[in-house]
Amino acid sequence: MKIAVCVKRVPDSEARIKVGADKTSIDESGVKFTLNPYDEYAVEEALKLKEAAGSGEVVVVSVGGDAAQETMRTALAMGADRGILLKTDAVGLDPLPVARALAAELKDGGYDLILFGKVAIDDYNHGVGVMVAELLELPCASAITELEIGDGKGKAEREIEGGVEVVEFDLPGVITADKGLNEPRYPALRGIMLAKKKPLEVKDASLEADGLEVVGLAPPPERKEGRIVGEGVAAVPALVDALRNEAKVL
Amino acid sequence: MANVMAVLEQRDGTFKRVSHEALTAARGLADAMGGEVHALVIGPTGMGSGGLGEFGADKVFVAADDAFELYQGDAYAAAVQAQAGGGYAAVIIPATALGRDLAPRVAARLGCPLATDVTTVAHDGGVVVTRPAYGGKAIYTLKNTASSCVISLRPNAVSPAQSSKAGAMEMVAASVGAARARTIEVKQPERAALDVAEASVVVAGGRGLKDAEGFKLIEDLAEAVGGAVGASRAVVDAGWRPHAEQVGQTGKTVSPSLYFAVGISGAIQHLAGIRTAKVIVAINKDADAPIFKVADYGIVGDLFEVMPRLTEEINKIREG
Ligand SMILES: Cc1cc2nc3c(=O)[nH]c(=O)nc-3n(C[C@H](O)[C@H](O)[C@H](O)COP(=O)(O)OP(=O)(O)OC[C@H]3O[C@@H](n4cnc5c(N)ncnc54)[C@H](O)[C@@H]3O)c2cc1C
Ligand SMILES: Nc1ncnc2c1ncn2[C@@H]1O[C@H](COP(=O)(O)O)[C@@H](O)[C@H]1O
Repeated sequence: MKIAVCVKRVPDSEARIKVGADKTSIDESGVKFTLNPYDEYAVEEALKLKEAAGSGEVVVVSVGGDAAQETMRTALAMGADRGILLKTDAVGLDPLPVARALAAELKDGGYDLILFGKVAIDDYNHGVGVMVAELLELPCASAITELEIGDGKGKAEREIEGGVEVVEFDLPGVITADKGLNEPRYPALRGIMLAKKKPLEVKDASLEADGLEVVGLAPPPERKEGRIVGEGVAAVPALVDALRNEAKVL
Repeated sequence: MANVMAVLEQRDGTFKRVSHEALTAARGLADAMGGEVHALVIGPTGMGSGGLGEFGADKVFVAADDAFELYQGDAYAAAVQAQAGGGYAAVIIPATALGRDLAPRVAARLGCPLATDVTTVAHDGGVVVTRPAYGGKAIYTLKNTASSCVISLRPNAVSPAQSSKAGAMEMVAASVGAARARTIEVKQPERAALDVAEASVVVAGGRGLKDAEGFKLIEDLAEAVGGAVGASRAVVDAGWRPHAEQVGQTGKTVSPSLYFAVGISGAIQHLAGIRTAKVIVAINKDADAPIFKVADYGIVGDLFEVMPRLTEEINKIREG
């Protein structure tokens, strides 16, 4: 099986986010970056499929600056075989230009399966994976928590409100991974050493203009200062009263 | 013409609340541009579409086909594309499980920008939206510079407003297109639970509940308030609760009017999911737990004592 996994470098989920002086982007100083957590599920699934098939190749692809190489090395350390960085200075907010760049790269790659994370935890778009599937006219199951591949077919489950949708498709296909799909492995020391020597090709990519202009980036509105209504069981009536008569939500 | 389309979501003939929210957002935008609101309803033949006029659509397009019985990404996208292809200033889709799959498909097909999980929609020399990013730690204001765009609207972000406009209903040809993937069934849990992302009250529990059985206390309060059960990642990872209930950065983002965090410490990744809740109540025995920093009301105490009493008090009100 030849498998592609698209991965993104994002600020760590613990990171404190400060708005930059330009008021349109974040201040990256001191921010730790990691492999997007949902992309870890995608990488893990690709590795499991390759292992189950007994042969094949897992290629990680990213659109981003030079720093994305470090993120890609994490995926290589987990066990992916090689990487392709589509190098660009700036990635905007509209997912379409990124999807188009990835689709152009993946189109003639002969991949049986292309995996994405469900969402990137920085822009929170939920967009790129499904868009690439549309652009390549491939079947797509998004935000999946179960995947079975066999006989050139895929069967996936996705959680919806109050149920689980079961989706079938023929390969080649596209999936986007939700939490619950698997338990991503940690890169072992040996993997980290090996990853340093794995091929990582860098290609220049120029993204199309972004259709969404950033007018501003601001911290979220401060929550109103709260209060402790009391301690233990004795505080219950005061809480109920506050919810009914002050907040008016009961 | 600067018209706005709202794609509505219905299940078993009932429109989801977020469908009305999408119509309200569309109405505001269309009024600002002097255009019309066109609603698009996709579903099986014979589905109901009553009650839509009250939310201000000038026209209601109904694409009915038995192929739309279950959500089929390819067919639904083809249906929206066929109807929206003529050019709308914006196509607004609810950011539900369905909409999160549908919106990028439509944007890719129309070749226009996509803004997802949007919380406000306005017009200021173009379509301007706000949307949270970085786990709710920052809010973008974005302006569309293309002639059209697709917007997915986060549930509970816009208050649905009634409007006297009763739109004419028009059946449209269902353009099903080629199915690349097929949804073959929807597995329902034995007891269909209210979804955390859609509920207006959420009662969420964490590791403080001690074990899976402890969640009975959470379920009881959820039942008393007519709310949904939520969970921290710690308890989902421990297998006490299903992933569908997880709230936070790698779970669901919720915007209920009332959120109870019970035995939840308030890790930054959990807070990412609850920042837009209107009122947060924390019950925790540790007065220094970070959850108290974001809570509007807190009780410091043992949840095993506080919860039964709280449920009892609320049941009294309900009955009284
Ligand atoms: C990439 C990444 C993504 C993540 N995504 C999420 C996410 O989406 N959602 C999420 O929730 N977490 C997420 N986490 C995990 C997060 O960091 C925390 O580990 C988790 O939220 C802790 O869950 P908890 O509050 O239930 O448990 P704990 O932190 O163990 O807190 C338990 C709380 O219960 C209180 N308590 C104990 N006994 C009692 C009692 N008898 N009465 C009252 N209070 C009591 C304690 O004082 C404590 O505050 C993520 C982590 C990472 C690294
Ligand atoms: N710049 C990028 N490079 C490679 N893959 C990306 C990039 N941005 C997003 N993706 C992929 O698309 C998924 C969804 O991202 P998003 O649409 O930004 O939420 C991510 O989990 C990645 O798998």
